[in-house]
Parts: sequence; structure tokens; C-alpha cells
Amino acid sequence: MALISGLVGCFVVWRRLSYYGESIAHSSLLGAGIGILIGIGINFGVVFICLLFGILFLWLQQSKALSSDTLLGVLAHFALAVGIIVISFNKIKIDLHAFLFGDILTVSITDIWGMYIGVLIAITLILSNWSSLLLVTLDEDLAKSEGINPLYVNILLTTIMTIVVALSLQIIGLLLITAMLIIPAATARRLVNSPEGMVIVATLIGIFSVVFGIYLSVEMDLPSGPSIVVVSSILFFVSHMFGLIAKNE
Amino acid sequence: MNALISAKNISVIKSGKNILNDVSIDINKNDFITIIGPNGAGKSMLLKCLMGFYKPNIGAIKTKPNLKFGYMPQNLDVIKTIPMKAKLFITIKKKFDKISLKKVISETQIENILDKQLSFLSGGEMQRVLLARSLLNNPELLILDEPAQNLDVSGQTLFYKLLQKIYSKRGLSILMVSHDLHLVMVSTKQVICLSNHICCCGKPQQITNDPKFLSMFGKDMAEVMAVYQHSNKENFENN
Repeated sequence: MALISGLVGCFVVWRRLSYYGESIAHSSLLGAGIGILIGIGINFGVVFICLLFGILFLWLQQSKALSSDTLLGVLAHFALAVGIIVISFNKIKIDLHAFLFGDILTVSITDIWGMYIGVLIAITLILSNWSSLLLVTLDEDLAKSEGINPLYVNILLTTIMTIVVALSLQIIGLLLITAMLIIPAATARRLVNSPEGMVIVATLIGIFSVVFGIYLSVEMDLPSGPSIVVVSSILFFVSHMFGLIAKNE
Repeated sequence: MNALISAKNISVIKSGKNILNDVSIDINKNDFITIIGPNGAGKSMLLKCLMGFYKPNIGAIKTKPNLKFGYMPQNLDVIKTIPMKAKLFITIKKKFDKISLKKVISETQIENILDKQLSFLSGGEMQRVLLARSLLNNPELLILDEPAQNLDVSGQTLFYKLLQKIYSKRGLSILMVSHDLHLVMVSTKQVICLSNHICCCGKPQQITNDPKFLSMFGKDMAEVMAVYQHSNKENFENN
């Protein structure tokens, strides 16, 4: 998970998608509720609803009548509200606390295999479309003029983000997923001078944050998700402080 | 018919508004066409249609098979958030050989800024880098959307001089949206005034006398043009 969050996080930072990541995370609660309700399980429910959310957003965005952040604000909170209602049905027993803040103890062996497969798929998709993704990030019209369909690339990126959100949900929790995406990438931004470099450094920071965060949570009996986010945030502040000092010298 | 791109009677209607109305345009080999017009006149939409990004509701666009064109956008808006050297930007997802890369770099005079980060480039440097990228696949047609909008006057003059040089050296065709008509007067061969439909078109010196041009841009603009026309007269007579 740490492997992929740095990679995807870079695109989130470059394309200013952090609010979009937040929204996908919001809609995952609805996904989990529906997944249990119709008996396909939490993971499939989350992937299904988040993908639906992403496609709905891309479709509505085409009309350009509303700005993206307004549109996301409507969709995300609609999904969240319906999600809470679905979960409040008596039949569903769900640990809302674990869902919001993440609980590594709820992860089973099957989940871990699911994560391996999801990460592998996401990394393969990104690396095999690397230059197209980069070009669409820079300028959609420029990409079009060179025969790339930005809509296809955007759907791809939405899919990958959905996979990542679904994977991180159990460990990090809904409220902090976006942090896991953007903090390592934002930390890396000051330290590098190429997009590839940013991805590598962000991934390393992501891995370190997850490993050290989980170590802290085990040793000091802290919740896992917040520990990971605190570790990566400290790295962020340290890197920016060094950046400022280096600038002044 | 040997036009690179030929649009016949195209109209674009979007949410009830007639953005392009019965526009016909031919782009031939070695043309240098400048499109001018007020905001919302459909200039960018026309470019989009011609490049095949947007299908007009009425009319047909014929493009020469395997036409190689280069497109230069106004600016990039993510350059602050993404770390990238100019050299990498020019070559992403491009098929090219070393010789054409070298040629493009010297033509656009960007040797010294190749290793600079995109976010540190000045306006003029960025425009040259964008131009370099659009030239890398040796296009037959160069399409530019207000290429010098973010530059100051001396930057604009330099940019258009460079464009003129590339035009005459490479013998390619240029289609450009630009408001700086007084600066491109010398280079451009044909001007099209667009205001959802084609108001008038012709050689630059003809167009400034056209009553439709006067009503669209006012007398002041025409007078400014006239001044440039006098100073450039010799150039035109030589053509």
C-alpha cells in the first residue's frame, strides 16, 4: 500500500486532485454499506461504488456548468449521507469507528492478498501509461493534439485512485486517506527535480511512514492510521524547514 | 484539392448558442493565416474543430491523410506543482531522432534553458519551449493559440520574429489565433476576422480598409494598423 500511495499521490498533487481523493473516500462509506447490504462484501462494495462515483463525476464535469469543487462537494456529501443512512439500518453491524479512523487489526489474510493484487494492477496500469498520464497532467489539449484521449486517461486515473482508496480504507481509515496520498508527495516536491524522482522519493517516504507508524502504534498502543499520518507529517515539516534554510543560505 | 485541412460550411451549436456559423476555411501549403476576433467569437472552437478535437454539428472537415501538425497551447497551468526540466517536457511521448531534436533546440534558441525547471522559466522562455515541442515531429502545419498573450511588447516582437524565421526556413503552414495583428502584419499572408461567422478575410492591408473590420475593431485600431502598413509597405510590395 505504501508502494502505491506515493506513486498515485504525485498525480493527486500535480493535478490538484486532493479534494477529489477526499470525495472518493467519502463515497467509500456508502460502498461498504451497500456491499454488506447486498452481500458482496465490503471491498467489492467500495470498489464498485467508488468507481461509479468517479465515472459520474467525470460525466457531470463535462458540462462545465459548475466548478469541480462545487460538484464534488455535492456528490461527496450526498454519498456520505446516504452511506450513513444505509449503515444505520439495523441489519448492518459495522464498526464505524474502525471505518473512520482505520484499524489494522481488522485486516485478514484474504484482505492482504487482495491488497497485493490491487497494488500490482495499479502499478502496472500507471507504469505502462506513464508518459500519457504525464502529458495529460501537463495539458489536455496538447495531449489531444498528439492523439491521446484525455477522457480515457482520466478514467484510468480515477480507477487507480479508487483501487488505492479501497485498499487503504481498513488501515488508514476514511478520514485520513487523502493525507496518505498527498503528504508523501508534497514532502518529496522540494527534494527533487524530475517527475520520476518525485515518485521514487514519495514512495520511500510513504513506506517509511507506514512501517514506522505501525511500529509506533504497536509499541505505544496507538491507532495505526493516525500514527502513520503523524509520522509522514513530521517528515513533511522537516523537509520544508530544510528547504527554507537551504534557500536562505 | 491539395489543402492540408479544408472545412466546408461548419457550424457549432452549444447549449443553444451558435458558436460557429457557416464557417469555411482552407489551409494550404505554405499558408500563414491569422485569425482575429473579439472574445467569445469562436476562435478557439474553430481551432478545436480543425484539429479534430470537436465535431461540428453541421458541415464537414477534410484533413490530408497522415497530416503532421504541431499544436502550441497558450500556457501550461501545472508547471508550479510538477518538477520537470524543460528538456524532458519537450520530449515526453514524442517520436523523434537526435538530429531533429538538435535542430529544434537551435531554431528556438533554448540551448541554455534545457536543464532549467519549467517553473523557473520566464514567459518568453516558456513560449519558446512550447514552440520547440510543437516543432519536434517536423510538422507540415503549426497551429498556435494566442502564443504571445502572456508576453510584454518586446517579448511579443521577439517571438513573432522567431516565428517568421521558422516559417520561411521550414516552409510549413501556420494557423494562428492572435490579437497582436500590428505585430504579425509583416509575416501573415491572410487575416480572417471571426465573430461566430467569418466577417471578412483577406490580405492584412486589404482588411484594415474593410468596413466590417472597422465596425468590429473600431477606427482607432484600423489607424494603428495603417501606421504599421506604411512602415511595412516595402515588405509587401516585394512579395
